[in-house]
Amino acid sequence: MKNKEPLILAVVVVFSLITYYLVEPFAHHVLHKHVESEGFVYADLPALTKTGNVANGKELVMGAGACTGCHAVEAVGMPAAMEPQMAAASYGVNPPDLSNAGAIYDAKFLADLIKNPAHALKVAHKFDATKGQAHPMAPFSGAGGDIEQEVADMVAYLQSIAIKPEAVTPKIAFENACGRCHALSYEKWTQLGEKPSFKYKKDALAFDIKVLEYEDSLKAYMGKLPPDLSMYIRSRGEHFISTLIENPQNQLEGTAMPRVGVTAQTAEKVIEYLEDAGDTKRHEREEIGKNVMIYIVIFAIFALLWKKQVWKELH
Amino acid sequence: MAHFTKATSVKDWLNQRLAIDTIEKVMGSEYWIPKNINFLWAMGMVLVITFVLLLVSGIFLLMYYQPNIETAFYSVNFTIMRDVDFGWLWRHVHGVAASVVFLIIYIHMFTGIYYGSYKKGREMIWISGMLLFVAFSAEAFSGYMLPWGQMSYWAGMVITNLFSGGSLHADGLVEWIRGDYVPAQAFLTRFFMLHVLLIPLAILGLIALHFGSLRIPHVNNQDGEEIDFEKESKRYLNGDKAGSKVMRFANDFMSKDMMVVGVYLIFFFYLVFYNYGFAMDPVNFDPADGLKTPAHIYPEWYFLWSYEILRPFSVDIGLIAFGFAQVIFVLLPFLDRSPNTVAANRRGLFRIWFWMMLINMIILTAMGKLPPSGIYSTIGFFAAILFIAQWIALPFITMFEKKV
Repeated sequence: MKNKEPLILAVVVVFSLITYYLVEPFAHHVLHKHVESEGFVYADLPALTKTGNVANGKELVMGAGACTGCHAVEAVGMPAAMEPQMAAASYGVNPPDLSNAGAIYDAKFLADLIKNPAHALKVAHKFDATKGQAHPMAPFSGAGGDIEQEVADMVAYLQSIAIKPEAVTPKIAFENACGRCHALSYEKWTQLGEKPSFKYKKDALAFDIKVLEYEDSLKAYMGKLPPDLSMYIRSRGEHFISTLIENPQNQLEGTAMPRVGVTAQTAEKVIEYLEDAGDTKRHEREEIGKNVMIYIVIFAIFALLWKKQVWKELH
Repeated sequence: MAHFTKATSVKDWLNQRLAIDTIEKVMGSEYWIPKNINFLWAMGMVLVITFVLLLVSGIFLLMYYQPNIETAFYSVNFTIMRDVDFGWLWRHVHGVAASVVFLIIYIHMFTGIYYGSYKKGREMIWISGMLLFVAFSAEAFSGYMLPWGQMSYWAGMVITNLFSGGSLHADGLVEWIRGDYVPAQAFLTRFFMLHVLLIPLAILGLIALHFGSLRIPHVNNQDGEEIDFEKESKRYLNGDKAGSKVMRFANDFMSKDMMVVGVYLIFFFYLVFYNYGFAMDPVNFDPADGLKTPAHIYPEWYFLWSYEILRPFSVDIGLIAFGFAQVIFVLLPFLDRSPNTVAANRRGLFRIWFWMMLINMIILTAMGKLPPSGIYSTIGFFAAILFIAQWIALPFITMFEKKV
């Protein structure tokens, strides 16, 4: 009799693959909206037309621009005016330290942010100054000269004090771009920074209280507490997170999450940080996977040889 | 009392007390299997291996898992996935095996249906097998609750809600099952108990019954041939191994089992390391939140076909259709009125019935995951009607089947 087993195997494999295709790739295609990456070019923002002057920029940032009224710049010895939870009570969220802003954020984004925060952050639906809903960051309306030149100077200054873009680590990227709103408990990260280990329980509790106070302000500001991102690399996946960072409105229309305005390089670092938190064993998985596959293939070959030997006498 | 003599060897010592030779014969070397079978007959062994993988990986996970709504998610996603050496490996093995075991169960079931292996004395094999399917389903569902992610919580909410019985409004029953008004601590602890103790015990008992039910009618074969096992086994034992229509379970059939298992394990471990997403739903990596319903709630893929039979109708009719779908497979040996125990391709109309059933269940599975609106809802509705109609038609189309 003709051997029908290859045909039977083909039938089993084909039906299994059709089922897999329908419940996985096809269903996900229907269930989730597909957002293409725009490559972090921020095409909606105007290009910088002037070449910035670092010295002028310094004077603006430290003086007429009034940045340091709210922002710390630790890199040049300018500390924060308030503790984070106090700042959050005033502004909704702690204004970021600008030390590395020049390396983390896209220059076009920074320039637009200085002039019109709600526009650059894509939260104009939430902050409309004409309706009395001013964004907590006051727009810079010029220090008397050419505003385009002044903004370019400030951006140039921020870039000059920042670490080199290639020196931005995944941790620095995450802390600057995400860490003031999102906790990441699996890396001990809170919105106030990394939770230290305390010797006394009352100190630990005092820290927790500050975090809770901060989170209360943040909740009032954002509408809900932004989620802990510990497992986001598994629950959302790289593509979703990347396109969300690029423009939150593309993925979640109307969300209170601002556009972060990071460079493509920073976004990659953020993803890497999330992988380090939520998929720590990915390298080990690859390596062990390879060894297990080799072992199992050898097992299968021996099993096949054994079968052939036993069945020789049966035919 | 039996008469014991001084043992000549360890084996003899054991033999006098435990009759291990007899056991070996009954279970292995003189457990006769027909020769005219194909690799689909190895699915039983593949299921045993998968069950062992689930059991062993489950034992390791149990050492670190915490059945507490405050810590369950953390114990799974931090302690097991990050802290414990190879915890991630055990979890991936457990998660993937829990999904793949159903693929093999479905292949095993449809093999049985195709070759008529539920007829003429083999009814109990089929019924015990279907009871195993029910037990595995309960095991899968209860296990899915344990990571206490978003899908655990909301699937738990939806499925326990089914017990309110639609217009019967048996809300008291639902609360009794949950131990609370909503899934909470009592719910998690009891599903933990079910998952690690009660249902595994039931599964072990049912596996014993399933194997036991095979002894008297013997394994079916792919040609529907009635084999005289007495005569053929004598022929084998007299040395005519090639001429006999039967072979030993061990090592003859076992060697083929192991060959299939080898191929299966390549596939299995490929999934564990490189393609596990289908078995570990992304939504369940968000911690449970009773105030945030996920956009789409769907069960794991192996429950989708019956979920889709529930969905396209109004509540009460849907529940009746769902109940029908749950029990109807058990009744197959009695609904199939044909005298033929042969492969479906020799059974006229039943052949069409078989392939339609298989394809329709795949359609139901696909529609079960998609949002119940527009064209998908319509397809699902007609597929569900067809499913029910096919079962109602089965006794009639088999009644007039010609004897082959």
